[in-house]
Amino acid sequence: MRIGVFVCHCGTNIGGMVDSHQVAEAAKQFPHVVYATDYLYTCSEPGQLQIQTAIKEQSLDGVVVAACSPRMHENTFRRTIERAGLNRYMFDMANIREHCSWIGEDKEANTRKATELVRMAVAKVANHAHLHSSLFDVNKRVLVLGGGVAGMQAALDCADGGLDVILVEKKTSVGGRMAQLDKTFPTVDCSICILGPKMVDVAQHDKIKLYTYAEIDEIKGYVGNYTAKIRKKAPYVDWTKCTGCGLCMEKCPSKQSFDYHNEGIAVTTAINIPFPQAIPKKAKIDPAYCRQFTKGKCGVCAKVCPVKAINYEMEDEIVTEEVGAIIVATGYGLLDIGELGEYGAGRYPDVITGIQYERMLNASGPTQGHVQRPSDGEEPKRVVFISCAGSRDASLGRPYCSNFCCMYIAKQAILTKDHVPGVEVYVFYIDIRSPGKGYEEFTRRAQEEYGVQYIRGRVSRVFPQGKRMMVKGVDTLLGAQMEIEADLVVLGTAATAAPGAQELAEKLRISYDGYGFYMESHPKLRPVETNTSGVFLAGACQGPKDIPASVGQGSAAASKVLALFSKDQLASDPQIALVNERRCIGCFKCQDTCPFGAIEERELRDGQKVAHVIETVCQGCGLCTSTCPPGAIQLQQCTDNQIIAEVEALCQAWKQRS
Amino acid sequence: MPGMEAKELRVVGFLCNWCSYGGADTAGVSRFKQPTDLRIIRVPCSGRVDPLFVVKAFMEGADGVLVSGCHPRDCHYAEGNFYARRRLEVLKRFLPFMGIDPGRFAYTWVSASEGARWQHVVTDFTAQVHALGSRRTFGEGGAGNAGTR
Amino acid sequence: MKAKRYAYYPGCSQHGTAAEYEVSARAVADKLGITLVEVEDWSCCGSTPAHTVDHVLYGALAARNLALAEQMKLDTMVTPCPSCLIALKSARVMAQDKEHLQELRELIDLPLKGTIEVKSLLQVIFEDIGLEALTAKVKQPLTGLTFAPYYGCILTRPPQLAQFDDAENPVSMDKIIAAVGANAPDFPFKTECCGAAFGLAKRQIVQTLSAKVLAAAEAIAADAIVVACPLCHQNLDLRQEQVNAFRGARSRMPVWYITQVVGLALGFSPHEMGLDKHAVASDAILAKWETHLKEHAQ
Repeated sequence: MRIGVFVCHCGTNIGGMVDSHQVAEAAKQFPHVVYATDYLYTCSEPGQLQIQTAIKEQSLDGVVVAACSPRMHENTFRRTIERAGLNRYMFDMANIREHCSWIGEDKEANTRKATELVRMAVAKVANHAHLHSSLFDVNKRVLVLGGGVAGMQAALDCADGGLDVILVEKKTSVGGRMAQLDKTFPTVDCSICILGPKMVDVAQHDKIKLYTYAEIDEIKGYVGNYTAKIRKKAPYVDWTKCTGCGLCMEKCPSKQSFDYHNEGIAVTTAINIPFPQAIPKKAKIDPAYCRQFTKGKCGVCAKVCPVKAINYEMEDEIVTEEVGAIIVATGYGLLDIGELGEYGAGRYPDVITGIQYERMLNASGPTQGHVQRPSDGEEPKRVVFISCAGSRDASLGRPYCSNFCCMYIAKQAILTKDHVPGVEVYVFYIDIRSPGKGYEEFTRRAQEEYGVQYIRGRVSRVFPQGKRMMVKGVDTLLGAQMEIEADLVVLGTAATAAPGAQELAEKLRISYDGYGFYMESHPKLRPVETNTSGVFLAGACQGPKDIPASVGQGSAAASKVLALFSKDQLASDPQIALVNERRCIGCFKCQDTCPFGAIEERELRDGQKVAHVIETVCQGCGLCTSTCPPGAIQLQQCTDNQIIAEVEALCQAWKQRS
Repeated sequence: MPGMEAKELRVVGFLCNWCSYGGADTAGVSRFKQPTDLRIIRVPCSGRVDPLFVVKAFMEGADGVLVSGCHPRDCHYAEGNFYARRRLEVLKRFLPFMGIDPGRFAYTWVSASEGARWQHVVTDFTAQVHALGSRRTFGEGGAGNAGTR
Repeated sequence: MKAKRYAYYPGCSQHGTAAEYEVSARAVADKLGITLVEVEDWSCCGSTPAHTVDHVLYGALAARNLALAEQMKLDTMVTPCPSCLIALKSARVMAQDKEHLQELRELIDLPLKGTIEVKSLLQVIFEDIGLEALTAKVKQPLTGLTFAPYYGCILTRPPQLAQFDDAENPVSMDKIIAAVGANAPDFPFKTECCGAAFGLAKRQIVQTLSAKVLAAAEAIAADAIVVACPLCHQNLDLRQEQVNAFRGARSRMPVWYITQVVGLALGFSPHEMGLDKHAVASDAILAKWETHLKEHAQ
């Protein structure tokens, strides 16, 4: 075999701590190596040309690049050698940057390490085989999970691009968090006025199939061919008949049901349509409050419904949808403010969350937009906002910034001034984070034009003082403790991962970070992809995000799906397991082990049963390879022989070292 | 740092591509300094690691072998690391029978975001192996079939 | 049932200013089936300005007591004083570090493992005894009385160290008070600082802070404040006259230890509980209780 070795300097990133030239010189002595050189930036255009030229001039049939992590540039170089006519899998990388030059402080030891890493990579490539992808059909339908603004944007973009879209929303109406908001920053646009038309578009688009009040039970399959089991929860109302007239809500006798849309600052009826602009505008019964369910008798709604849509016997329904890609846009949750004992939230009615206040400011909210103290309904004369309530606090396990609170607090402060003449507004903040277009100007307006008092410091305690709430904190700019008597305290509550986010991640086989937010494939360069091919992210499920960022990600995820579906067939990754039928003894331990069900039984002509790998299902984990007793099933590109070759090459180096 | 003061020892690591290899990359990107003894072999999943690879490495003269995968329940392949855990736990108990101090072997879980954790794992494991010293000094043979006297 | 044995670290206050805390603590423990075995030859816990000067020496002062308790072969050491608690717990955390452990061993010249559990007496009553067992032993419920449960600043803080109750809104004393039949309304100042040891150096700090605690207790119409800390007691009870002068008030707010509250309910007399040893007399509240009990009996 004729292998070429290319050692990168990566400017001084590698060159500063590893003698790349010496590594290349040493590589010339390794078995199979016929050519070795070093270059300042191997990934640059001249660097790649150098590889291509060498392949032709030196008749190379294998290439090793010693540079950065293969997780960074493996595909770059595979394409390089493919352009020069080599099979793209006759390639390997030695990671001498992340695993060597950046972490070792001794240049001599680093150089020795780099040389050994190259030697191992050479040994592996010497055992490489030509691999070829096969093509498989793509089901050009896309499943979007979450009908908030990010999911709706993704669904609409995909549908406009000609794809069939399945949109699944947990609640009975699409709209998500944005449908709860009164206004949006920094333009102070009416939130539902700009969202409403989008909701209608989603419902009326002939390419979008909408399942609301539904959740995912199970996801199986792989990119291009996923199968999703969707649980349509029973609303106890036949939605094919329900006209959304609302008569049932007028007559329902159980008027103390928890109002989720209004975040609990109001009550609703057990049968309800969450808000007037709901899409679809269909009623649902909350069995936790419905008398028919709790007491066994009532039936008022069934009597009054003009179209006889009520059905107390309704059960959940499971539907199966076949799709080729999935966009996850499941949004975020909010911290249970009961955790913040020092603010007394949950104990004192006049300490509320930002989203509750948002509902209060909303003209179609429970107070018709009048700002009132929940305790006595009086108009507050002084409102205090506390930002970072639960965020940026390592002691609570949430050191991250919740991203949008600074801005919505500025907005709510301005709206408070608009709604209540003469009101005083104070904001306690750690830092004002306003790094968006028009955002800084907006927070300045709140302070300068509207006279909102910003106090830099944290609040240590909120407690009742007579009828009012005493807010005790510190002004770190004055270096003084402060006590402010307030009528209403609003917390900029921390954004958290959506409830159930981790269970969904496990169904989708995508990873999540320590806080439960989904992990993107690369934080800078692959922000909407996941490490599971065919699954994309949009919006705050990946981390707290404001509306423009969520919409942008929705469109980005849609464009990724459209690009994926631009071909009728996809090439499979040939780095999968392969059965040597002559060695297979038919024990099928591999079949038991395989997490993906990629192994099937195949009968040979002599009647013997052997294992067979379904190419498109195999994910290339190699569990079967280390399970197989006779070593008959081998993960291509990572065979037993290849790993042992790497170990042996290292051993050869060790021997020479001493 | 052990690798700096004493002679470098022979340490091999088998790392899963998705979590631990990424974690080692993260440590690199964050410039978290580590001893230079370790040589990393990339495998798709810790479940791909046949315990015999570890034995082979010891036979070839390794002073220490480290296996690292995704945290339990966070395996890229759903359950590969559970297989790894079972196999490697058994292997660990057999090492003394082969004349190898079990302290020379470790398996651990490091996610792609845990650069600092990876630094600790490498530093601690290398120090642990250095405390046990080079296997050759005990006449167990560095080259060839060590441990099968 | 065999009495559970605890190594008992009283701390200096228990033998001086807080003698009534000591008496009531021992009596209550006895009644609840706990044997407190005083650590022999115990010394200062280190809860002095020492920790601002030298962390290791500070740790060593407490570690000596940990080592002595470990020799008693008991698994838990209990102390009534939160300052002692924090000092002992800090030393225990310090001893988890190998290097520090060695330093501590050399300084105190005793074998130290750092394994013994350290708990406050409040935690033992709340968790080890439990509210149910406590309620079962109540002889004369404190009905009709309202207490302001005042935990002070360090009983639950820092949470990583204290490992007990909610750091910002603790409820253990509230529940104990309720278990003995009295009222414990939401007391917003339950974890504020009383001024602690500043009583000597900067009296005005104590006056400012303790004044707020007293005012807050009056605001919720408490008959008495309940504490679990000798230093809090000193500032709120002994210095109440000073604080009154400072804030221009004529408050006569009794300050009881939680053990005294429990003890009364378990059947001890006010005298046995040392309620006559406080600077602020408890006559009014005791009379109120008696009236209530009489009404109740009728």
